[in-house]
Amino acid sequence: MTRRLSPLLVALVGGIFLVLHLPVLVLVLYSFNSSRFAASWSGFTLHWYARLLERPDILRALRLSLTVATLSTLVATLLGTLLALGLSRRPFRGRRLIEGGLYLPIVTPEIVAGISLLILFVALRVPLGVGTVIVAHVAFTTPFVAVVVLARLRGMDRSLEEAALALGADEVTAFRRITLPLLAPGILAGALLAFTLSLDDFVITFFVAGPGSTTLPVLVYSMVRRGVEPTINAVSAVLVVLTTGTIALASRLGGTRGA
Amino acid sequence: MTETPPIVEFRRVSKSFGDSRAVDRVSFSVRRGEFFSLLGPSGCGKTTTLRLLAGFETPDPDGGEVRIDGEVVNVRRPYERRIGMVFQSYALFPHLSVERNIAFGLEEHRVPRTEIPGRVERALGLVRLAPATFARRRPHQLSGGQRQRVALARALVLDPAILLLDEPLGALDLQLRKEMQLELKTLNRELGMTFVYVTHDQEEALAMSDRIAVMSAARVAQVGTPADIYENPRTEFVAGFIGEANLFDGQAGKRGSGEATPWTVTAADGARFGVPDHPGIQEGAGVRIAVRPEWLDLFEPGAVPAGENALPGTVRDIVYLGETMHVVVTMSDGRLVRVALRNEGQLLNPLRWRRGDTVVVAWRPEDCQVLDPE
Repeated sequence: MTRRLSPLLVALVGGIFLVLHLPVLVLVLYSFNSSRFAASWSGFTLHWYARLLERPDILRALRLSLTVATLSTLVATLLGTLLALGLSRRPFRGRRLIEGGLYLPIVTPEIVAGISLLILFVALRVPLGVGTVIVAHVAFTTPFVAVVVLARLRGMDRSLEEAALALGADEVTAFRRITLPLLAPGILAGALLAFTLSLDDFVITFFVAGPGSTTLPVLVYSMVRRGVEPTINAVSAVLVVLTTGTIALASRLGGTRGA
Repeated sequence: MTETPPIVEFRRVSKSFGDSRAVDRVSFSVRRGEFFSLLGPSGCGKTTTLRLLAGFETPDPDGGEVRIDGEVVNVRRPYERRIGMVFQSYALFPHLSVERNIAFGLEEHRVPRTEIPGRVERALGLVRLAPATFARRRPHQLSGGQRQRVALARALVLDPAILLLDEPLGALDLQLRKEMQLELKTLNRELGMTFVYVTHDQEEALAMSDRIAVMSAARVAQVGTPADIYENPRTEFVAGFIGEANLFDGQAGKRGSGEATPWTVTAADGARFGVPDHPGIQEGAGVRIAVRPEWLDLFEPGAVPAGENALPGTVRDIVYLGETMHVVVTMSDGRLVRVALRNEGQLLNPLRWRRGDTVVVAWRPEDCQVLDPE
């Protein structure tokens, strides 16, 4: 049964969506604008996208962003999944503390995380570069993976694993044949979440990136500082498509409730 | 050893979780081919006992021995025990079809690929599911009763020495439950497989079991056949948990001569009744007895047959239960006693007792069940 929504509610929700998405929409729209200036619309063009391909710095940043996101996602997914598995087993001393600590990086302001990671790397005399960016991304995406996988694990009947043991499977086989396939959508959703978070992160990356490790968001920022040009719109549109595409995939796979 | 050891033996087995003891020095043994039930209220430790047998839990370090076939298996993993298990939640693998669920154990036991389809089909036949209809379905496409059958087939296909069942019928409606009770009993008999069955339903345990271990507060209160448990309960808990029991207290007098009921017990209000011999009775000590409602009868004062125990009371309520009529009588000490009388048809042949009638509750002395102090 569908209920008629009150006009006030429709207006309110519409307004919120407008505020949320109109800027992005305008940006994407203007990336097809043939005028150099954002103020006026003078016709459709793919010129700015073509320009992207002629800019080695942008292409290099894009490639680096994808590399960083891929590597950090792999590591964060592994760590986050193991963390969730550990936390879902029998209670142990300090489990609540660890679980609470899981949410800390999620709520910590990014700028604080960025500065503290920078201080850490400097204190340890680790040269800033692609390595530190990846480590930083692993650090802030792992809790997200863990939370998503944990939610999936909590909804799983523990006697499934026991049933496998009673049927002759050892612990490793039971995990491989029963737990892992049932957990897979959650793990994949967590991984895609980590991938998008890594791909569009600016603040933390800005602090821990060294020379030669400029990711796409950092490059966009530095380009804007030198003045807005439509190429930036095109770059940003590419970023938007990449992230929303991944998010859409993640939510289709399920297991993202609460994340 | 001259005779074969029992297939399952618990020797003073204990299991604690943190500070609480879930299973406390539990001992019992199960014979080969037997239908053995662990019966008790929730939280009594029956499921933990079953899990200790399955290998999902290990006894405390000084917590006795679990033996299968005479061999101590305390720390053996479940897959080293030749057991099958049917879970309360069925625990069917949701991502696998019915046939793949049943084949799982065969694959893990390295049964040749060519044999698997035939054995799966036979297992489905055992639980009376048509392979053509059900083999390719996923668990979520089955009804509760069908899931139950698949879970059973999945355990049976491996032909385990012992089948463990953890309240397997709990989620089914009454009709289906009765039907499955009969089927399980038949499977147990025809396969000659040992069944260890956990339930909180006393009727179910009585109907299906060869023997029952009644558990209460982490301990075994009594082990025996359904008749032992029902007709000769050893403790007040057992008497009250299985069926209904009326309790009478008193003090033992001098032991009489060697008749069937040598003891005379005097209640607090001065009433006396005869009690059969029992090792727990000592001269001058308190005695508590239980009498089943259906072993009591009602008489008008003065009409009690000679030799029966008789205590006066007043009819407080008459409860219509279909097969029987329960007459609730208030005794002179205020205690309520239930007397079950056969319902001979209230429309044509109504009960002669009415609320407020003065009556005598009577029973034969040999029908007293003397209880151990708890």
